[in-house]
Amino acid sequence: MHLPDPLHRDTVLDTYVDHYAERTHGMSVSAVRALFSVANRPEVVSLAGGMPNIADLPRIELGAAVDRLIRENGTQAMQYGSGQGELVMRERICDVMALEGIRANPDDVVVTCGSSQGLDLVTRLFCDPGDVVLAEAPTYVGAIGTFNSYQAEIHHVAMDDDGLRPDDLRTAIRTLRAAGKKVKFLYTVPNFQNPSGITQSLERRRDLLAVAREEDLLIVEDNPYGLLQLDADEPTPAIRSLDGDNVIYLGSFSKTFAPGFRVGWVLAPHAVRERLLIAQEAATLCPPVFSQFVISQYMTDFDWKGQIVAFRDMYRARRDAMLTGLAEHMPAGTSWTHPRGGFFVWVTLPEGIDAYALLPRAVTAKVAYVPGTAFFTDGLGSRNMRLSFCFPTAERILEGTRRLGEVLHNELEIHKTFGLGVDVPRHIDATGAPAPNIS
Amino acid sequence: MSAAASEFDGTIVVLAGGLSHERDVSLRSGRRVAQALRDLGCSVLESDVTPELFWMLQTASDPVVFPVVHGGVGEDGSLRQVLELLDVPTVGASATAARLAFDKSICTPVVATAGVRVPRQAALPQEMFQELGAQPLIARLAEEFGFPLVVKPARGGSALGYSKVTQASELPAAIVGAFSYSPVVVFEEFIDGVEVAVGVIDRGSGPEALPAVEIRPRSGAYDYTARYTAGETRFIVPAEIDADVAAECAEMAVSAHVRLNLAELSRADIIVGPDGPVFIETNVAPGLTETSTVPLGIEAAGLGLASLCLDLVRVARQRHLSRHAG
Repeated sequence: MHLPDPLHRDTVLDTYVDHYAERTHGMSVSAVRALFSVANRPEVVSLAGGMPNIADLPRIELGAAVDRLIRENGTQAMQYGSGQGELVMRERICDVMALEGIRANPDDVVVTCGSSQGLDLVTRLFCDPGDVVLAEAPTYVGAIGTFNSYQAEIHHVAMDDDGLRPDDLRTAIRTLRAAGKKVKFLYTVPNFQNPSGITQSLERRRDLLAVAREEDLLIVEDNPYGLLQLDADEPTPAIRSLDGDNVIYLGSFSKTFAPGFRVGWVLAPHAVRERLLIAQEAATLCPPVFSQFVISQYMTDFDWKGQIVAFRDMYRARRDAMLTGLAEHMPAGTSWTHPRGGFFVWVTLPEGIDAYALLPRAVTAKVAYVPGTAFFTDGLGSRNMRLSFCFPTAERILEGTRRLGEVLHNELEIHKTFGLGVDVPRHIDATGAPAPNIS
Repeated sequence: MSAAASEFDGTIVVLAGGLSHERDVSLRSGRRVAQALRDLGCSVLESDVTPELFWMLQTASDPVVFPVVHGGVGEDGSLRQVLELLDVPTVGASATAARLAFDKSICTPVVATAGVRVPRQAALPQEMFQELGAQPLIARLAEEFGFPLVVKPARGGSALGYSKVTQASELPAAIVGAFSYSPVVVFEEFIDGVEVAVGVIDRGSGPEALPAVEIRPRSGAYDYTARYTAGETRFIVPAEIDADVAAECAEMAVSAHVRLNLAELSRADIIVGPDGPVFIETNVAPGLTETSTVPLGIEAAGLGLASLCLDLVRVARQRHLSRHAG
C-alpha cells in the first residue's frame, strides 16, 4: 500500500478570514479558555464560575405550573409577543424594583434577553467606535466584551472600599474630554460588584450622581445582585431610586430566579426607552415570551420573596466558608474583600505572584479561579483573582481554598528559588476572558 | 452502512476529554473522529475519562478504543496502561511506548539513538533549582545554549508553557512558567527554520509518512491561539521545501515512529533548519480537530479521515488478536 502523490493545499482553514468586520479582531481561542474547560469537571473545585445555585428552587411545583401554563395559555405563551415585553411581566418587574426603592412605571421597562442584552442595546444606542465608556477598576468581564464588540474604549476609574471614587470619576471625564474623546456613560455595578464584591455606600452614590449631573454624564447601573444581601444591615437604595433622569437601570432574574430563562430588563428615561424598543425589535423581534410567562406565573403562585430569603441563607453559609477558608489557608501578604452580598470575593496575592501564570498550576491541583486581568482592559489585575462562592457547597469551598493555599505556598517557594519578586503587568484581551457560564 | 464499515462489526469507543490542560482540544478531536466514523455507519460510543468507561467497555460489543485524550494521562501511558490491563484493543502506542514518547526529556535522546538529528537538550526538575540554587544553574544553561533558547515543560503539549527566551533576564520567568505545566523542564537550542508536522500512519503494511504540512503562524509563534483559531495560521501541504528535504522529513518521522514503537498513529514535529531537518518532538495522540495538521496531511494523501480512522481501528484489532495468538 503506497500513498499517492500529495494533493496541494494552501489554507488558513477559514475562507472568510479577510471578510470579517474590524470589530471581530482579537476574537480568537485562548489557552485560558482551554483551562476553564477542565474547571467543569467534578474533580475540580471551581471557584471560577458565576453560576447561581438553583438546585433549591421548587422544581416539581414549577414543572406543574409550566405544564398548566402550556395547557391553559400555551397559544399565547409560545407565540411572538410584544417587543417591549409582556405587560404582566413588566408589572412584576416593577414589584421587584420596588424592593430596592425604585418607583417605576411598567411603560418605562423594556424586557430583554438577560440583562446582557440590555447592556448590549444600551451600548448600541450610545456608542460609536472610539467613544469612551467609564467603568470600575476592575469591572464585569461580560461588559468588557460588550463594549469591545462596539469598538468602544473602556477607561477604568479607581475604587476603594466604598466603591467608585467620585473625584477620580470627575478627573477622568475632564481629562478624556480635554483630549477630544466622547465619554458616553459610566457603567457601574454598585451592589456586591462583580468581580470585587464591593458595595458603593449611599453617600458615594449621591456623590457620583452629583458628578454625573455636573458633567452631563449618563450612568448605567447594572444591579443583578442587589437582592442578595447577605448581612443584616439595611440595603443601600439603588442609584436609580435617587435619580430617575440620569440613570439607565439594568435588572435580571438570573440570580434571584434562574438564568436559563434569559429574562432581564432595562428601566430607562422615556426618550431612551423609545429607541431601546426599536433596537430590541430589530435585534430579536421580542424577548423570550415563554420565559416571561413562566416567571410571571412563578411570581404570582409562589413565595418568590421567601425564595430570595432562602437563597440568601444558602449563599451566606458559602460566603462564610470562603472567608474562613481564606483566613486559614492563604499565605502572608494575601488580602481579600469581605462582600456583604452577591457571589464574589476579590483576592490580592503577595507581590510578584501572577494569578494568570498560576492558573495552570491551580488547575493541576484541581482548583480553578478567574485571573484578575480578565476584569481590566489596561493590563492591571495580574496580582488579583476572582473567587466565587455561589455554586460549590460550603464543604467544597473549604477544600478549594485549601488547595489554592497549597498552590500559592508552592508558587512562593518557586519564586523565592528563582529570585522573582517583580510584578509584571500583563495584558489580556477579552478573548482571554472566561466563557459566559464562567463570567 | 458503507461497505467499509460493514466489514467491521465491533464497537469503536472514542475516548476524549480527560483532566489535562488540553481537555478542550481533545473533546473537539473526539467529536470529529466519532462523527466521521458514524458517517461511515460504524457503531461508535464516546466516553470521557470517567468510571463509566469501565462499564462501557464491559458492555460494548467487541470494543476497540480510539483514544484522542491529549496531554497528561492520555499520552503519558497511564490511560493506555489501564486499557492494556482491561485487555481492550487500542489504536496507537502501547503504554510503554507512550511513556517514552510523551516525556520530551526521554523521547529526544531515545530518538537520537536511531540516528535522527535532534536539538541539544538538557532537562532539570524543580527540585534541582531549589536544592542547588537557581542562579548558578541558570547561568550555566545560558552559557551552554546561548540565546535564543527554548524552555518548555518536559510533559505537555499544545505549546502550553513554551517560551523562546531571547535574553538572560527572561529566563527565570520562562522556567517558572514551564514548571506550571510539568515538574521537569527541558532546555533546548533554538532551531530557526521552517516548521513542519509529519503524520505517520500504519494501515497494515508498516508505518508510512503523510505529506509534510508546513506551518506559518500569522503572529510568528505557533502558540495555543495560532494552533486552534482558524485563520491564525497558514498551512501549506505538501510543505514548500525541496523534494529531498521532504523525503528526509518523512524518513525522520518514520524512524522516530519505529524507534519509539508508536503503532498505528503519531505525528512528528520537525524544524527544517539551515543544516537540514531536526526532530523536535512526537505526539502519540495527535490533534484531529478542524485546525489540526494531521487531518490536512490525511487529506493531502488522498485519504478520508473516516476511512483512515476505520483502517487504524482494524489494524489495532488485528495487532491485538496477533498478540494473543502469538
